[in-house]
Amino acid sequence: MLAYLIRRLGQAFLVMAVMATIVFFGLFAVGNPIDLLINPEADLAEQEETIRRLGLDKPVHVQFGFFLAGLAQGDLGTSFVHNRPALELILSRLPATLELAFLGILIAVVLGIPLGMIAGLKPEAPYSKVIMAGSVVGFSTPNFWQGLMLIMLFAVFLGWLPAGGRGDTVDVLGIPVSFLTWDGLSHLILPALNVAIYKMSLVIRLTRAGTAEVALQDYVKYARARGLSPFRVVGVHVLKNILIPVVTVLGLETGNVIAFAVVTETVFSWPGIGKLLIDSIGLLDRPVVVAYLMLTVFLFVMINLVVDIGYSLLDPRVRVKGGRS
Amino acid sequence: MTADTPLRRFVVDFLASPLAVIAGLGLLAIALTALFAGIIAPQNPYDLAQIDIMDGSLTPGTEGFGGFTYWLGSDEQGRDMLSAMIYGLRISLMVSFVAVSSAVTVGMVLGLLAAARGGWVETLIMRIVDIQLSFPALLVALLLLASLGKGVDKVIIALILVQWAYFARTVRAAALVEIRKDYVTAARAAALPQWRILFGHVLPNVMPPVLVIATVQIANAIAIEASLSFLGVGVPITEPSLGLLIANGFDYLLSGRYWISFYPGVALLVTLVCINVVGDHVRDILNPRMQR
Repeated sequence: MLAYLIRRLGQAFLVMAVMATIVFFGLFAVGNPIDLLINPEADLAEQEETIRRLGLDKPVHVQFGFFLAGLAQGDLGTSFVHNRPALELILSRLPATLELAFLGILIAVVLGIPLGMIAGLKPEAPYSKVIMAGSVVGFSTPNFWQGLMLIMLFAVFLGWLPAGGRGDTVDVLGIPVSFLTWDGLSHLILPALNVAIYKMSLVIRLTRAGTAEVALQDYVKYARARGLSPFRVVGVHVLKNILIPVVTVLGLETGNVIAFAVVTETVFSWPGIGKLLIDSIGLLDRPVVVAYLMLTVFLFVMINLVVDIGYSLLDPRVRVKGGRS
Repeated sequence: MTADTPLRRFVVDFLASPLAVIAGLGLLAIALTALFAGIIAPQNPYDLAQIDIMDGSLTPGTEGFGGFTYWLGSDEQGRDMLSAMIYGLRISLMVSFVAVSSAVTVGMVLGLLAAARGGWVETLIMRIVDIQLSFPALLVALLLLASLGKGVDKVIIALILVQWAYFARTVRAAALVEIRKDYVTAARAAALPQWRILFGHVLPNVMPPVLVIATVQIANAIAIEASLSFLGVGVPITEPSLGLLIANGFDYLLSGRYWISFYPGVALLVTLVCINVVGDHVRDILNPRMQR
């Protein structure tokens, strides 16, 4: 087991290093931030001062050296635009993204599992067909257009909810959250729905497939034969056994939620890390983009590491390839 | 009576589902519309001589000053939305089709290579595939384009890069099964060269799962391209795809001019649903577990 762990950690580290290199040189090729950041009316001395302050006068490999040295110390550079450490900037926007992601997943699970079970228990019923057709549409609708349609319907035509922004926040343990005020919650509903609909379609499909399979098992028949109420059979015996694949996939999808937050946050001007990324790409704010990337790569490498180790604990066959443990 | 060939069986099975047939016909209509955009579209939306700024922001169904009816409305510059959509559809389909067929080619060659060679070649290729697939496609493409810049060619490159891994994985898995079969041993015994065994004998037999994944991936490619263009890193403004049309309409949505974003989105949605329905059905047919 230890050997497996070490090998896996080494691999994770290698991925991080390769990504760091690709990211740095890839972004270096994009364009010259000097043209964008310096006031065209500034005189030569001012220009040189700024260039020196941002470290843009050094050759590429020297800048790369600084970048790697900083990376090792958790310093990912300072934003050109905001004049704050890039990592700090991203972390300050992270709670907004996480709040959105959690509420989205919550809605997806709370609505998706019952709908999927209904469709799985009565596959031929008309309402099941409606649920499944809805999930195909939800699955196929591009996320950003779906967001626009939510805005069009609820903000423009009905005028019930605001079209964008975050609204009032309340600090909980020093972290601003939206869901405790009505104004904040009203700003949160549409973006959270936008995140939820795609996930919900996925949950419905998984739950339906699981339910259809589990409902035919002997222990379910036995539970029915024992005279348990249908509610208890479905709510306890069936539900417990379909949760495993649903939880696994949702766990893996958490990363995707953060990736797609880029789209949702752009549509709803939600001040999370995705909006920050898009703004920074537009402004050629290289340190922020690099920091975002490194953070995301780190996050995904960690998710995969935890999933792999989890599997190897649950299923010893996974470890066999790596030799004895 | 004709022989019961696999292709014939496939066609019969496919026609058995009315929904899949409707989706298939819809897809055919969409593809033909995109192909003959120049003939079908009422207006060439990129010919400035045909656009009248006086006809800007008309609601759907309005007749313009020149007697031209804007069935789906017009945008700020007086461009007919229906025509813009047909041209946009062409760009969306072209980009995804070229990207997916290139990704299939790259993935197929690398997947076959991994299956045939084994050893460190296989380990290397499959590790890259694993790592690639552990990152969400949209994010990888977004970051790639953030460094490459805008452009149709660059979007295609980004899409190939995020999609080849699916095909490499599928081809390798299928090829590993095929390579152990007797016909490959027979081909080896006949002293055929390795490349001919792989591309002439193994390849045709690994095609069915590849085709299923390719269908789904075309839908994915269209959606990713649209999202990228919406985020402002995809196709340039001179060649607007459906995604970019929607993005352009976003600014007007809040003032109630919904049609600039709405109809291109409907076109996108219908295209994606058709592809997904056809893909689902083809997968069911080719799935050996579902066969009678």
